[in-house]
Amino acid sequence: MTLKPYYSKEVIKRFTHPKNFGQINDADGIGKVGNPRCGDVMKLYIKVDDKERIKDIKFHTLGCAAAIAASDIACDLVKGKTLKEALKIDYKKIIKELGDLPAIKIHCSVLAREGLKTAIKNYYEKRKKKK
Amino acid sequence: MRNIKRKRKIYLDYAATTPVDPRVWRAMFPYFSEKFGNSMSLHGFGQEAKIALEKSREEVADLISAKPNEIIFTSSATESNNLVLKGVAYANQKRGNHFVISKIEHSCIMESAKWLEKQGFKVTKLNVDKYGLVNPKNVRKAIKKNTILVSVIHASNEIGTIQPIREIGKICREKGVYFHTDATQSFGKIPLDVKKMNIDLLSASSHKIYGPKGIACLYIREGTKIEPLLHGGGQEMGFRSSTVNVSGIVGFAKACQIAKKEMKKESRCLTWLRNKLVKGVLKEIPGSHLNGHPEKRLPNNANFWFEFVEGESMVIQLDLLGIATSTGSACSSAKLEPSHVLLAIGLRHEQAHGSLRLSLGRWTTEAEINYLLKVLPGVINNLRNIAGHI
Repeated sequence: MTLKPYYSKEVIKRFTHPKNFGQINDADGIGKVGNPRCGDVMKLYIKVDDKERIKDIKFHTLGCAAAIAASDIACDLVKGKTLKEALKIDYKKIIKELGDLPAIKIHCSVLAREGLKTAIKNYYEKRKKKK
Repeated sequence: MRNIKRKRKIYLDYAATTPVDPRVWRAMFPYFSEKFGNSMSLHGFGQEAKIALEKSREEVADLISAKPNEIIFTSSATESNNLVLKGVAYANQKRGNHFVISKIEHSCIMESAKWLEKQGFKVTKLNVDKYGLVNPKNVRKAIKKNTILVSVIHASNEIGTIQPIREIGKICREKGVYFHTDATQSFGKIPLDVKKMNIDLLSASSHKIYGPKGIACLYIREGTKIEPLLHGGGQEMGFRSSTVNVSGIVGFAKACQIAKKEMKKESRCLTWLRNKLVKGVLKEIPGSHLNGHPEKRLPNNANFWFEFVEGESMVIQLDLLGIATSTGSACSSAKLEPSHVLLAIGLRHEQAHGSLRLSLGRWTTEAEINYLLKVLPGVINNLRNIAGHI
């Protein structure tokens, strides 16, 4: 058995130096997931262009190191992708990119994926209303 | 992150465990390869071990004003606490089947009580106030005809609150009910007197007072009925069969001896440093709150909750800066649930999730506290920026 540190280098890097945190004031879609009761709340903001590509994405996360790292990497994974492509990204991909997560932190990657899905859903709803 | 080179290492998690005092391991050293005998053997090696064992027992007893024959050695405070609850339950079934504990006990009491409930025993869990204090009046009310034991933690491992155990003990004595206190965090740090405090059973551990891990004790007042958990060779007056861990016990006793000698000075010094820390944090960091009682608390404990920050992220950030801290009890860090102690004092889930415990010890310096006070506001500010205004 090889012993791994609790968090991978990538998680620590993303946690200490997240690139994508912040807010998009005129966001086309916002996804807020999680619950302060559980200790993790995530808010994703997306800006979508005419070709339904994610032009910009930012997050706010109140949570543990894994939740912050998962939010940051999820943003990188979908930036420049179409909404359809973005929806195909599952939590396992997020974990892989993070170089693994401790078992009790898997839910953080699920939360990031849910946040993304919710933001895209919110974008479609907003667009429907406009029409 | 554990691979990252640290400029400094500051340990502020003495409530989790302490380093072994060099005076302690020097005392232990001969008992590994030179004086290695089994205390039950009749030959010289055995008798040498037996003498060390009994001298150590006197040393430990002395710290809490007990008689040496009222102290038995165990492997951990968890074992001592398990022995108390289960041992008293099975030895006193004719008298009753009801237990009274507080809502802020360590998980080893909580889980033992839960297990006893599964076996058909009844348990009442006493509420605490916002500082974590048990009201002795509630103890009196909770004691019923079939109550056999009251167990209240002396000082909280998380929030440091010190209970009025003397009053609680008095009530139990009046009512003819056994009184146990888990003194793991207070033993060796603040004065304890089992006679004056009306204590029948008391658990304490070596590794919280600069002794080795894997050794602890249980005070059992003469005449207290308790069944052993471990049956075998009849060591420790029949209460705990197992070959005796002589080197560990010698170390534990040395740690007690040092604690007795240095307690007054050390607690004064730690209280001063801790107060400086608490004042600094509350002043420098907006949205910070102290958990536990402002005065009735262990000299070395500080516990806060911060608005809009999650506890674990603070612990990791501080670790990267070379400062070891904790979100609560180290035993609970494998769980995602917030601490039952913080919920019991009335914190909401989201508040409890934002808690940070800083516990000081023998080698904490003012420079270390200053460094923490310098970096903590930045850590919290940074995490609040990432959280936005969620």
